[in-house]
Formats: sequence, structure tokens, C-alpha cells
Amino acid sequence: MLVTVSVNDREYTRDLEPRMLLVHFLRDELGLTGTHWGCDTSNCGVCVVLMDGDPVKSCTVLAATAEGHQIRTVEGLEIGDVLDPVQEGFVEEHGLQCGFCTPGMLMTARALLDRQFALVAADSQVTERLTDDEIREAISGQICRCTGYTTIVRSIRWAEEHPRRQEGDRDGSAIEG
Amino acid sequence: MSTITAQSVYSGERVQGRHAQILHGCSRVSERKTQVPAPFEYERAKSIEHALELLAQLGPDARLLAGGHSLLPMMKLRLATPAHVIDIDALAGELGYIRVVTLTTSSGTPELRIGAMTRHRDLLESRLLAEKLTIFTDAERVIADPVVRNRGTIGGALCQADPSEDLSAVCAAVGAKMVIRGLDAERVLEMPEFHIGPYRTAVGSAEMLVEIRIPLTGQQGSAYEKVDRRAGDWAVAAAGASMQLGGGRIERAGIALAAVGADITSTEAEQLLLGERPSDALLSTAARTAAQYTRPVTDQRGSAEYKRHVAGVLVERALRTAIARALGEQT
Repeated sequence: MLVTVSVNDREYTRDLEPRMLLVHFLRDELGLTGTHWGCDTSNCGVCVVLMDGDPVKSCTVLAATAEGHQIRTVEGLEIGDVLDPVQEGFVEEHGLQCGFCTPGMLMTARALLDRQFALVAADSQVTERLTDDEIREAISGQICRCTGYTTIVRSIRWAEEHPRRQEGDRDGSAIEG
Repeated sequence: MSTITAQSVYSGERVQGRHAQILHGCSRVSERKTQVPAPFEYERAKSIEHALELLAQLGPDARLLAGGHSLLPMMKLRLATPAHVIDIDALAGELGYIRVVTLTTSSGTPELRIGAMTRHRDLLESRLLAEKLTIFTDAERVIADPVVRNRGTIGGALCQADPSEDLSAVCAAVGAKMVIRGLDAERVLEMPEFHIGPYRTAVGSAEMLVEIRIPLTGQQGSAYEKVDRRAGDWAVAAAGASMQLGGGRIERAGIALAAVGADITSTEAEQLLLGERPSDALLSTAARTAAQYTRPVTDQRGSAEYKRHVAGVLVERALRTAIARALGEQT
């Protein structure tokens, strides 16, 4: 069947078997191998991508279901030559060692921060920072076997404290810090 | 330069060129066993009526795909091999809601109504549920993980009818009614009629669960307790309790257990509580009775004896919290 999926703001049409999972569509059909493929059982979270802005495990979504939704992968984080703040945060705070969980962690972090910035933008009374517990809860569906999570939490905190400048911000969700 | 070839995991065909390079060099599909569902025909439903028409037309080998977080794992394991999958993702708006409806016809008791495509995350974040039916909030905190909760739906979970599934116990404890729609008729079933158990419900092959209705009474409190081996895992044992008080006495008692081979509600324990004034001794006795009527099995999550013990402890905790909440105490 012909399936059209929007990935990182670009539409791709492919002739697929209906049973093809989104993770394999991204990796094997589109060559977007930044999204990793791990446990196959929606446990490990390395395959997390954003679907209409929310993190989902792409091993447990059919590519066909993704039609009509906006998919964003780790390849969509960098704009031009400028890394996304979450990517910079992982560099600055050593949020990875082997890197296998990193793309999924980055996408969940991006979604968490987008949501937090939107909350703050919507209500001038809200100036609250994310707590460590909120960050830990957000990434609790994803497994990292290197870092013990401490540096990942620090990396996401770094990104929260260094939001992308509004100028050139594609989704407009981050605000000047 | 030699041509790279690799084998597609889906078609089994050998492929060449850029596609093969990706398969071969990056994901190594050709060398790794993978879990993919068996082939099926795919349909996309545009409305409830369209989904029902497709179900009627395609027959009993068709399955509805809601959030996919129960059905797709079952299909990967080939425990489910539907010939047709009807994707109802497009119905998430129409069937995604949590609202209070005041009935003008019957007793006038307000009802809380949850659309079958409401996602776990929306249940967890609902202020209405946190205030009126805290048992949902308790349970949702410990169902899977935040990413899974973004996709999984209440209707999907209830129709999967896994014996360890939390929302079946929650709905049974609060006396929820299941609204099942077919092309020509709609029927409303109580949980004991709906949940036939393990992996079976009363939903017919040309029907779908569209809504969950829960009566809201004045002095009501509810709670859910679960023990799992690691965060987000299936329960070792779990217990839900819902108490309605009137004049200091228990007017309605709902107790339901998950993962320990209990009936859909713990009727014997509920009977002990009806009409009584809540006391520590009474709640302990009811909890022991509920545990006594479980039939847990020994497996990697624990021995039957351990699970029965845990079930009793959890029922008692859930009962105490439910009573405290009904009395308006902070919990």
C-alpha cells in the first residue's frame, strides 16, 4: 500500500507492507538511521521519535498509522549547522557514553522542554523550572546502561537553561532565556 | 566496487543499491532476528460507523487497532494473527474525552464518561479524575511508562482483558459500565458481564467499545495499590477499592484485584463491608477475605503464597485510602 508520512517537515511516499513498523520505515526505507532499533517490545525506548510533538516508541507504531501525523526524528533537531540545545546539553554535561540510547533521550528531552516552555509562555505567572523528579519521570520509559542517568538529567537541565534563541527557531516553542 | 546485497526482513527479497547498503551496513537487518507482525490487510476507519461497517464486512478475522500498545506486541509474538487490521487512530479525537454528564432520566446521579480512545496520559493528567475518581490517577502513575502512556488507550487496555491489566480492575472496583456499539444497536454492560477474562470480552466481532460510564455519588473515595518488580512492569499483585459512604456507613463497596487470579470483583469481601461503619478491624477482615478468594500462580514474579499475601496487604491499603478520601481526608 502507498503510505505518505511527514518526517522532519518533509513528505515521503513509499509502497509498504501494512505491517511495517515506523522504526523500520525510518531506518530502512528513508535511511534515517539516527533513530535506533533496540528491544522490539516497547521497553527500551531507543526508538523514541516525536509524533505530533509527543514521544512515542516507533517499534510499536505502524508506519501506516503515522500517515497524517508529523514525525520528528533526531535528524530534525539540528537546524543548519546549529545543534539543538538538548544536543549541546548532552555534549556539555557528558549525557552519553556509548550513544545507543541518546537519540531517544534527546527526543523525549526536546518534547519535555517544548511542553515546559509552552506552559511558561501561556501563563506569565508560571516561572517554575522542571524538577529533577519531573525530568527523571519523563525519561523513565527509556533505558541507559552507561550513565546511571545522572548526567542525562544534568544535560536536559543544561538545555532548559540555554534555550534556543527565538530568532530562527522553527517551532517557536523555545523562548529566550 | 562490488554490489552490496541484503535481505529485506519484510519481503524476504534480496535488495541491492542504497537500500541494501542501509540494511547491510547500518541496521544489519539481514543478520538479526526481528519481531514483526504476520502479514495482514490494512484498513483505516474514518468514523465509528465506518469502523463498524468494516468490522461487519470483514468478519471475525478483523481486529481494531487503537493505540496499538497491546495488539501490536501480541501480533509481533504471533499470539494474535488477524487477517485484517482496522486502524481507528483517526477516531482519537471523537472518542478521546473525559466529562461529567448529569442524567435527567433515571436517578439523577451524575455520570463520568470516558471515551474509549482516551489515552493513558490524558487519564493521568485529568484534574476531573484526580478529584472525583482518584483510583484512575493512582493506577495511571504505575501503568507502563510516560512514552507508552502517550499512545495506549483505555478502550484498548480493557478489550485486551489481560489478567494483569490495571484498568480492568479499576473499572470493576468503581462499578463502571461499558458501552458497546454495533451497527444497529448499542448495549451497556457491567464489568462482570463485559470482562470474560483472560483476553476475552463480551464485545462481538462486529462491535466496538465506545465509552466507559462511571456513576458519581456524593461521598465517594477510591484508591489503587500495585506492587511490581520494576517501575512500569506488569503487577505482581494489584488492588483497587472504591467506597461510597452515607450516614457514616458503607453504602457501596467495590474491590477488584489484578494479576492474582481473582474474580473480576471480590464479591465476598464487598459483602462484608456493606452497611457497616468502617473500622480498622473491618477493613482488615475484608482484605483477608479478598486475599482468600484469589487463585494466584507461581511464576517469575513470585510464588502463589507471596502473591496472595501481597494481595491482602494491598487490598487493606487501598480500602484505608479509599475510606480516607471519601471522608475528605488528605491522602
